[in-house]
Amino acid sequence: MRSVEQLIAGHPFFVDLDEETVRHLAGCALNRHFDADEYLFRADDPAETFFLLRGGSVAIEIQGPGERRLIVETQGPGSVVGLSWLFPPYRHSMDARALSSTSAVALDAGCLREKCDQDPRVGYLMLQRLARAMHDRMMSARVRLLDLYGAPSAR
Amino acid sequence: MLPRRFTVLDVQAETHDTVTLGLAPVDGIPMAFRPGQFAMVGRPGFGEVPISISGDPDEPARLMHTVRAVGDATAALTRCAVGDPVFARGPYGRGWEEESGTDGDVLVVAGGIGLAPVRPVVLAVLRHRERYGRVVVVVGSRTPTDLLYRPQLEEWAARDDLDVVVTVDAGEPSWRGNVGLVTDVLPDLDPAATLVLVCGPEVMMRLTADALVRRGVVPSQIRVSMERNMRCGVGLCGHCQLREVFVCVDGPVLGYDRARTLMTMRGL
Repeated sequence: MRSVEQLIAGHPFFVDLDEETVRHLAGCALNRHFDADEYLFRADDPAETFFLLRGGSVAIEIQGPGERRLIVETQGPGSVVGLSWLFPPYRHSMDARALSSTSAVALDAGCLREKCDQDPRVGYLMLQRLARAMHDRMMSARVRLLDLYGAPSAR
Repeated sequence: MLPRRFTVLDVQAETHDTVTLGLAPVDGIPMAFRPGQFAMVGRPGFGEVPISISGDPDEPARLMHTVRAVGDATAALTRCAVGDPVFARGPYGRGWEEESGTDGDVLVVAGGIGLAPVRPVVLAVLRHRERYGRVVVVVGSRTPTDLLYRPQLEEWAARDDLDVVVTVDAGEPSWRGNVGLVTDVLPDLDPAATLVLVCGPEVMMRLTADALVRRGVVPSQIRVSMERNMRCGVGLCGHCQLREVFVCVDGPVLGYDRARTLMTMRGL
């Protein structure tokens, strides 16, 4: 069974991170598991945890009228969920629900923020990688707005 | 160049605006084709349009075309009933040439109606499965309801020698699959040993190909199926000309090393 340190080092979000930094961040980490339909967090919850997904699938969604759940996107192994941990007011903006049995490394946000404050190099590394993830998601959302598969007359 | 007469054998409704027609040649001579080729198809009185052949290349006696109603000619085809006459001439164009990918892995990425032109190449690869390494089919769709060939996709997904990844732009309440672009779900691959075949809206093909180039796939190993205003199908009228390329003859399948500049040239 791999250690949390090994799981962090092997996750694409932390690719190429030096051993010392991995060890440093592992102090904030726990292994977590979610059953299908279990929520990792809900919109407006305090952003207390940053998740590195290892297995399974997570739906990022918004509650619609009544019981309706509107899935904005899904994230799978190798991705990250819970990006609001670094930005005040540190509140999640959407729900995150496991679509299947899901395993993740859960990093305590308070612990991460403290390490970023103490060591700006670590802070910059985290910000660079988060910005990359946000950029990719923004691009995905923008392209989907184009409705490329819709009827040509509708575009 | 003369249109041949066919009769509609069967009509399969795929989505609210797309049907798959099975056609039988009136003269009994099958239209043999290579995966990726197209035919000029039309209903009497409504004109003809270029439509990729979406059937099994090993079963040419039943000519298959998947048609989406986007104009008068295609709308007329989607209204066909069994027994109706249809004209078709072809096959035309350069196909996927998947044989060049033998001994390596094959990645097929299809978006929307783009699944129709790649269906034959997936069938051809599966028929000669032992010649290829890992085979992955990634399918993007607007919504789960807009997916083409759903029973066949399920059949393919159930095989243990084929990986099928489906993603939609917008999920529905019962959908438990991926929601996102095809570029969000591309598999890990060996860039040096993978032949990539991409078909769909041009922006989707470009973004997919660029994402794969960033992962180390050589552009010449990525093939895209171009679509332009093809009229004659045989390189005479010039309607489909893209700089020095005649899509109907030099394509529709082109290597991305050739297609990339053409796709990004303003005004083309």
